[in-house]
Amino acid sequence: MQIDLTVNGKRTSLEVEPRLLLAHALRDNLNLTGTHIGCDTSSCGACTVLLDGVSVKSCTVFAVQASGHEVTTIEGIGTAESLHPMQEAFWTAHGLQCGYCTTGMIVSAVDLLQRNPDPSDDQIRAGLEGNLCRCTGYENIVKAVRAAGKAMRGHTERHSVNDLMPMHPPAEEPPPSGEGIIPPFLQEAHT
Amino acid sequence: MAFTTMVGARIRRREDPRLITGRATYVDDVRQVNTCYAAFVRSPHGHAKITSIDVAAAKSDPHVAGAWTGDDIHHAHNLKSSLPVAHKMGALGLKTPPHYILALDEVRFVGEAVAVVIADSPYTARDAAEKIVVEYEPLGVVVDPLKAEAGPPYVHEELGTNVAFTMPFKAGDPDAAFAAADVTIKQRIVNQRVAPVPIEPRSMVANWDAGMQQLTLYSATQIPHLLRTQLAVVLQLPENKIRVIAPEVGGGFGAKLNVYPEEALICWVAMQLGRPVKYIETRSECFQAMIHGRDQVDDIEVAATKDGTITALRLKITANLGAYHQLLTPVIPTLTLLMAHGCYRFENIEAEVVGVFTNTMSTDAYRGAGRPEATFFIERAIDMVALKLGLDPVAVRRKNFIANASFPHTTATGLTYDSGDYETTMDKALKLVDYDGLRKQQADLRKQGRFLGIGVSTYVEVCGMGPSAAMPAAGWDSATIRVEPTGSITVLTGVSPHGQGEETTFAQIVADELGVPIDNVTVVHGDTDRVQYGVGTFGSRGTAVGGSALKLAIETIQAKAVKIAAHQWEANPDDVEYKDGKIGVKGDPSKSMTTPEAGFLAFMGDNLPPGLEPGLDATRRFEPPNFVFPFGTHVCVVEVDAQSGEVKVVKYLAVDDCGRLLNPMIVEGQVHGGIAQGLAQALFEEVIYDDNGQLLTGTLMDYAIPHAEQVPHYELDHTVTGTTVNPLGIKGVGEAGTIGSTPAVANAVIDALAPFGVVHIDMPLRPEKLWTAMQAKNGSAT
Repeated sequence: MQIDLTVNGKRTSLEVEPRLLLAHALRDNLNLTGTHIGCDTSSCGACTVLLDGVSVKSCTVFAVQASGHEVTTIEGIGTAESLHPMQEAFWTAHGLQCGYCTTGMIVSAVDLLQRNPDPSDDQIRAGLEGNLCRCTGYENIVKAVRAAGKAMRGHTERHSVNDLMPMHPPAEEPPPSGEGIIPPFLQEAHT
Repeated sequence: MAFTTMVGARIRRREDPRLITGRATYVDDVRQVNTCYAAFVRSPHGHAKITSIDVAAAKSDPHVAGAWTGDDIHHAHNLKSSLPVAHKMGALGLKTPPHYILALDEVRFVGEAVAVVIADSPYTARDAAEKIVVEYEPLGVVVDPLKAEAGPPYVHEELGTNVAFTMPFKAGDPDAAFAAADVTIKQRIVNQRVAPVPIEPRSMVANWDAGMQQLTLYSATQIPHLLRTQLAVVLQLPENKIRVIAPEVGGGFGAKLNVYPEEALICWVAMQLGRPVKYIETRSECFQAMIHGRDQVDDIEVAATKDGTITALRLKITANLGAYHQLLTPVIPTLTLLMAHGCYRFENIEAEVVGVFTNTMSTDAYRGAGRPEATFFIERAIDMVALKLGLDPVAVRRKNFIANASFPHTTATGLTYDSGDYETTMDKALKLVDYDGLRKQQADLRKQGRFLGIGVSTYVEVCGMGPSAAMPAAGWDSATIRVEPTGSITVLTGVSPHGQGEETTFAQIVADELGVPIDNVTVVHGDTDRVQYGVGTFGSRGTAVGGSALKLAIETIQAKAVKIAAHQWEANPDDVEYKDGKIGVKGDPSKSMTTPEAGFLAFMGDNLPPGLEPGLDATRRFEPPNFVFPFGTHVCVVEVDAQSGEVKVVKYLAVDDCGRLLNPMIVEGQVHGGIAQGLAQALFEEVIYDDNGQLLTGTLMDYAIPHAEQVPHYELDHTVTGTTVNPLGIKGVGEAGTIGSTPAVANAVIDALAPFGVVHIDMPLRPEKLWTAMQAKNGSAT
């Protein structure tokens, strides 16, 4: 059946089986592979996305249920060229190792700060209980969320999810320029 | 120059931008045209004869490209139907029953693959798998290793025993020490089975290029080259026609240090179909058919004198191997014996390691792999000796430490610890937690009916695996450095990081030593067609061994660059040297050349010293002369609720010594994660099979890996004791946290229950067990 949804700000129509999970639709039909799948019991949270701005486990939503709604995946949260403060904080605080849970963890953390812009460490831990990480022992994830909260409180007055997130679709990667890579003596040699 | 400040700095990881933006490519993200998908039919029985398999209905499904059973595989011409095992245990008479890629006639654990079906989508593949009808005739099941040792029933009837090997060991004169002992202790300590649970399950996609006669396997593996070698044997293909790629890998913890039947089968099926075949296991399959860890029954006896000196150990290590040997299954419990003296002067040891088959998934390397089991029983033993003698457990540790003056120290099991300083590290930890203050607080709280427990664990571990002579396969690793004509530097490393951050730490080393901006260095790994043979990432070896190979390659590059520069300057090469990352002439600051400049001259090739080959690149291999022996002290403070048995971790502090820190941020991350996994074994995790061999903990709803609320904040500190085992002066740190933490947590909980007369409780220390122990004592007291 046909569904119409908005993914990372872009309207999309898909022809899907009724049983297709949203996680698979995003990954396999739209090639948004930043949404990961780590379990089959809605336990791990690796597949977390925002549905109309609220975090959901996309393995527990049928694609058809998302029809008519807005979905934001990690690709819509920020890009390497324009990181969301939460992504920046995960990077700076070493809040990830293998990276597999990370995309879902970041999306959940973004949702957590929407609900509570200034959480305590205990509230951060409780707020992320739906997301499992096996690498970090959570220490630096908590640190990252705390730092992101601080950065975001410093920058924005929040009224809606759109204030929190740059909702732009992923930009095309710029071609590698070589500038700054080829040493000056060689640039001279070639000009 | 900023170049010399990279090593030792908290450089943000260079792998992270792709990971935090969802642009990394894990195996399931690999897209290939015309891909088809595998689904497996797995055994619902712990042990049964397969009386019939009917794949006709599945094969007639229009979505299905093919279906195969064990019988089909066994009779295929171009495939060995059973998997090899890496071991050097021939002298022990290790029994190696066949481990078929698909079960042949008999299944021996729940989840063993019986048939595979390939269809045009993952959904249709699973639909088709439902249509395969298998009939079984149940056989006798054994899951308990002690019952299995006594046998029957036998997992492999033809062996007439479940005992795969027995390894006796004796050093010194334990009998005399026991006869002379003031006190002895005897305790059975069960080190329960746990599941590694990387968040990315096993994932693989294979493709056969019929034109090139080349097989490409993308697999979530820690060992792309070793996997390629094993596939060459199983698939009977020339090894140079196989390419294994480990793209982004979502955690391993030892569980991806393996060669799985599914990996071989997917390759073979891709060759039959001439299409890419993908298999991403479900988490439920992962619990059934990815290796498990630990699972030992350790019977220990300890002899000690009144002052707390431990004079002898007797051990019986009964290891539950599971139904088959996976890659390193039988090796793991032998590592337990190797570590049985920890950081103590135990000279009289008598031991027996018995590996037994049971109707369960294989055990194999899980973070620590054999060493956590040893550290656990030693550290429990120290506390039990202290309890029995009325001594402080810290004093008993101090009494038995290997003294600084005796390094290098050769242990009873034949290891030579090159360096260590156990007392300094312990004292630092005790000071940081205010140990004496904690003991006072504990006494005060006990009077109020509150039960604080303080657990100390002082560990040493054997890692940086390792000298080839001591390894099941090669123990060296490799690195290539290429200075490209335009000045960027490519590093090809034989290790295969999957979260450990060597794209960053290796670039830090190169940036410092070759004097280039870190952004000019790219570290390539995990592709057997791009990278020279390497052994992989496991056993806390990635940086200790792979980084050391890199250091050797740097030295070769530097030596050649020096010759090139000397020729340019018409200087004596003996007067030319690298200083702060640049080439210069001793005592002549006017002369300076960068590594990229030397690389460009080496590329141009027309102005080089006579006899020197063009090009500036080097491949080197590092053969470790010894293991490395990181150590540390972990202190855990818990409060156990007397009403509910619930454990609250009040404080956790670790002081580790892994030698020189290349990137403290990454080191801390490794320790954090290790502590969490070790703590989770102490408090939460347990793989449970019932007596029929049914896996009761088969999903993440039943198996308790901790979430953020269940683990504490960790305080970390470190000491730095050098090592000369490798040219970087570093020791591995990947497993240390796991090894140190489990006994620290268990000692804390058991210490909290000391007023109830508790001497030992087996893990996981869940509330109901603690509550029951407290009630038993309360009951007997009234």
